[in-house]
Amino acid sequence: MAPYLVIKDLVMHYGTTTVLDIKELTVNQGEVLAVIGPNGSGKSTLLRLIAHLEKRSNGSIEFVAGEKPEGELDIRRRLAFVFQESLLFSGTVFDNIAYGLKVRKTGRSEIEQKVLAIAETLGIAHLLTRSAQSLSGGEAQRSSLARALVLEPELLLLDEPMASLDPPTRESFLVDLYEILEKLNTTVIYVTHELTEAMILADRCAFIDAGVIQQIGSPREVTASPATRGIADFVGVRNILKGRTVARANGLVRIKVNGAEVEAIGPDNPSDKVWVLIRPENVTITLAKTGTGSGVRNHFSGTVTTILDLGVFYRAILDCGFPLVAFITKRSVEDMGLTVGQKVWASFKATGVHIISREGEHG
Amino acid sequence: MELLIDGLKQAFILIVTGDSLVVEATLRSLETSGSAIVISLVLGIPIGLLLALTRFPGRSFVVALFNAGMGLPPVVVGLFVALFLWRSGVLGFMGLMYTLSAMVIAQVIIAMPLVTGLTVSAIQQLNPKLRLQSLALGATKSQMVFTLIKEAKLTALAAVIAGFGAVISEVGAVMMVGGNISGQTRVLTTAIVELVGKGDFSRAMALSFILLAVTFAATYALTHYQQKGTAIWRRIS
Repeated sequence: MAPYLVIKDLVMHYGTTTVLDIKELTVNQGEVLAVIGPNGSGKSTLLRLIAHLEKRSNGSIEFVAGEKPEGELDIRRRLAFVFQESLLFSGTVFDNIAYGLKVRKTGRSEIEQKVLAIAETLGIAHLLTRSAQSLSGGEAQRSSLARALVLEPELLLLDEPMASLDPPTRESFLVDLYEILEKLNTTVIYVTHELTEAMILADRCAFIDAGVIQQIGSPREVTASPATRGIADFVGVRNILKGRTVARANGLVRIKVNGAEVEAIGPDNPSDKVWVLIRPENVTITLAKTGTGSGVRNHFSGTVTTILDLGVFYRAILDCGFPLVAFITKRSVEDMGLTVGQKVWASFKATGVHIISREGEHG
Repeated sequence: MELLIDGLKQAFILIVTGDSLVVEATLRSLETSGSAIVISLVLGIPIGLLLALTRFPGRSFVVALFNAGMGLPPVVVGLFVALFLWRSGVLGFMGLMYTLSAMVIAQVIIAMPLVTGLTVSAIQQLNPKLRLQSLALGATKSQMVFTLIKEAKLTALAAVIAGFGAVISEVGAVMMVGGNISGQTRVLTTAIVELVGKGDFSRAMALSFILLAVTFAATYALTHYQQKGTAIWRRIS
């Protein structure tokens, strides 16, 4: 994919605090780039700087595809921005969706035609004559999205557009947004702290923390092989264990974790001090030791210390000499009659273990 | 009570017969206060927008000045305007003392801080992200400002109502700089003061009722327009 936007040495200071410091970031034409990270990590600031809604302290943001934009207004008219809040103006839903077209002096009949078309796509055509102030949260956010999409922007900036929606509304909004983005050839930067949204919508993920991009890759890469402990924590790796490399051979690394030994597929020259990352869904719990001949290299006996009902599945915490978290289905819990204090076996593959260096960290 | 009923009767007769004093004072009041409020809006709204949307050193002090100006005693305003416009005053050469222009100047000084102060608070009450949203949808800066004014119209109209109410009912300043000259600078409030001084309570009450009616009519028209936006919401919800 050809690059659409190239950001270099972008720095933003608020007073003496640096909130953003991006060495390089390229957004490709037609891709959906999810910018994920915790609250206050600089995600929204990045979008506002790209949209020229704030003046950056340093660095460059270049629109490299097509004609070079002439001035800030030209840049702002190539993109559309949907904020976390719907931010609808007074007037009807029609007035709101038509806003961007009106300020561009689009003809009345073209406005009517385009507004109706996008409203139908988003299922809000029946709301066009309603006052924007009388809409529900989901309707308001759909209107806000329609107001952006009707402009047929080259670049769509979405700043946590689902953050204020209740779970059922969010789910239907997410499905619709997925279908719309699939059809469009628009470049999208989607800011969120919800991993699920990024996994569903994005082609690539950029993880940002404390204003710095720490990892870019496909959503699967970022979740399966997080580059830092912070990313691992954010993307749902519940087993983050301190370990020391004791041996390495044939692509296998043996790591000592609290006296126990864990085997992982790892680099040829791993650090001595490492973090051992195991996703809870990669851990299998059984009543007896099983699977020894099936390539599963890690088996630990342990005691169940906690069982939490999370609705669709259970979260069990085991004491295997080190704490180990596992997700198990309701069916498995019932079949095994799993209870707190029960002795069980936990197993996981060497490929289900990801290791990262903790050199330079204390302890 | 008899005086009140008599006053009402007189007012009715004076209005129906087109009494020259009543017509002249009413028209003069509307002309003076109308001009003052228009000038106050033309000056006060842009200044209010500037104060609400920009940050500069000393901004808080300027806002505080306008807020303090919202409670300026009209007599004090009249005194200072008179001192400036008096023949020996700094602006005495302009010969504006005891003219309608002098009255308009005094009333602008009374109404403009109200308009400016209420515009600042109207804009600042809006979600600050509305400004960004407008720009992010491709609005120019002037289109964005127009959008914000539209969004703040409920409070902005309150500024017009407050300003108009303050100047049309004011007597101290216009008396001092206008002089209550018959056929030239006599307005409803100064005429009432003069009639009370002469002991002509009936005609004074008649003019008072007319003043109240004019004030109410103007305020009602503005309030009606102001509440139109909220009515749509109520009907739907």
